[in-house]
Amino acid sequence: MANAKPRVKLPKSAAKGEIVQIKTLISHKMESGQRVDSKTGEKIPRQIINKFVCAFNGKEVFSADWHGAVSANPYMSFYLKATESGTFEFTWTDDDGSVYTKTAELAVQ
Amino acid sequence: MTISKATETPSRRQVLITLATGSFALATITALPRWAKADTAAVDAATKELIGDATPSEGRITLDLPQIAENGNTVPLTVEVDSPMSEADYCKAVHVFAEGNPLPNVASFRFTPACGQAFASTRIRLAKTQNVIAVAEMSNGSVYTAKAEVKVTIGGCGG
Repeated sequence: MANAKPRVKLPKSAAKGEIVQIKTLISHKMESGQRVDSKTGEKIPRQIINKFVCAFNGKEVFSADWHGAVSANPYMSFYLKATESGTFEFTWTDDDGSVYTKTAELAVQ
Repeated sequence: MTISKATETPSRRQVLITLATGSFALATITALPRWAKADTAAVDAATKELIGDATPSEGRITLDLPQIAENGNTVPLTVEVDSPMSEADYCKAVHVFAEGNPLPNVASFRFTPACGQAFASTRIRLAKTQNVIAVAEMSNGSVYTAKAEVKVTIGGCGG
């Protein structure tokens, strides 16, 4: 899907040791592979984002495997303990092989 | 002297009521256990594939889902595991399954000690009223499970 738009929300800064919440959202139809085309009577092939990965300073900290039962425009929220300043890299992998990425900064005082 | 008619011969109304309740009871007995069994078997098979033969015990998981979901296309799901999330003892993964969906797997969340808290929240599709099951894998090999029932008004699989 060419028009998948990733969005990420997290605090700009955090105190050392604080647990921060990260919220992510990406626009994607998440075609489950269960729907039937009413005109042809054939099943619409599955096209979903099957993998979400969050890495902090190059190290994977959280990941999720998604199946057909994840809603369209998948939302994902999780926590991370702030230990050092750095860069988040979020990666979504599509069934068709495309990869969507987004980065965000976190400053730790 | 008056004798009520009903004691002598059953009235038409009584016969109809007995027939109706009897056949309804019979229908529910034959219909219910069959579908419940098939669904849990699919979830059991999917669980085995992901975590192996470990037998899960109850507890430590908070599985938060609405009791009634009006729209099965987006049902908010939050799962939290009670774990210190230290290098020595943390929750490795949480797998979510739906008993009544065409495919039992929903999602798997993989945590690291850097998370600080084993918490994940997303939105899922549910085809009909059913049980949603969460299975948590801890770093020491123990496995926990939790279950929540969701009543779905409009199914979310586009069937």
